[in-house]
Amino acid sequence: MKNKIKVLRAEHNMTQADLAVKVEVSRQTINAIETGKFDPSLPLAFKISRLFELPIENIFIDEV
Amino acid sequence: MDTKQNSWKDTSKRNIRQLAYWTGGWVVTMAIASFGQKYFWEGNTVLSIIFIFIATLVGIGMILMNRKYINSLDEMQRKVHIEAMAIALGVGVVGGLSYSLLDQANVIGFDAEIADLVMLIGITYLIATFVGNNKYR
Repeated sequence: MKNKIKVLRAEHNMTQADLAVKVEVSRQTINAIETGKFDPSLPLAFKISRLFELPIENIFIDEV
Repeated sequence: MDTKQNSWKDTSKRNIRQLAYWTGGWVVTMAIASFGQKYFWEGNTVLSIIFIFIATLVGIGMILMNRKYINSLDEMQRKVHIEAMAIALGVGVVGGLSYSLLDQANVIGFDAEIADLVMLIGITYLIATFVGNNKYR
């Protein structure tokens, strides 16, 4: 699953560590999500979407 | 929100510290229960039972603390640990039984000890956690 977290983070002038603190996960987890190595759970995806004030489908793109 | 965010990190660090204390406590009480009857109170069954009981209680505390620690991890860290546990359990069961069969068949010149199995599980868990963490890096 692709995502736009890196772009959104840059737009909000946030580091991986900043985002990790805000959504209460480790920085490694944010990095793994950004690089597509780990897909977040629905609650975490909602947390991220709430933080960036965007619908989930605008952040996470399904690769079928 | 910052207080809440910092509290997650703080809780995580506190759980790691507490797990280390419980693990250390269990190792110490196990060592006392094991070596005490050999070097300090040889033949005193009551003392042996008391110290084995204490070691078991501390061991139960360590298990509960480990569960609390795993539950406090974030979802990716939890996945890494669950995979590592699955591998460690599998290696422990398969490796342990094969090792026991080797002993029964007199292929190995020494007795298969439970301590070897504990070491095998522990080392496997460590390696699997390390590999898992690297996979998502």
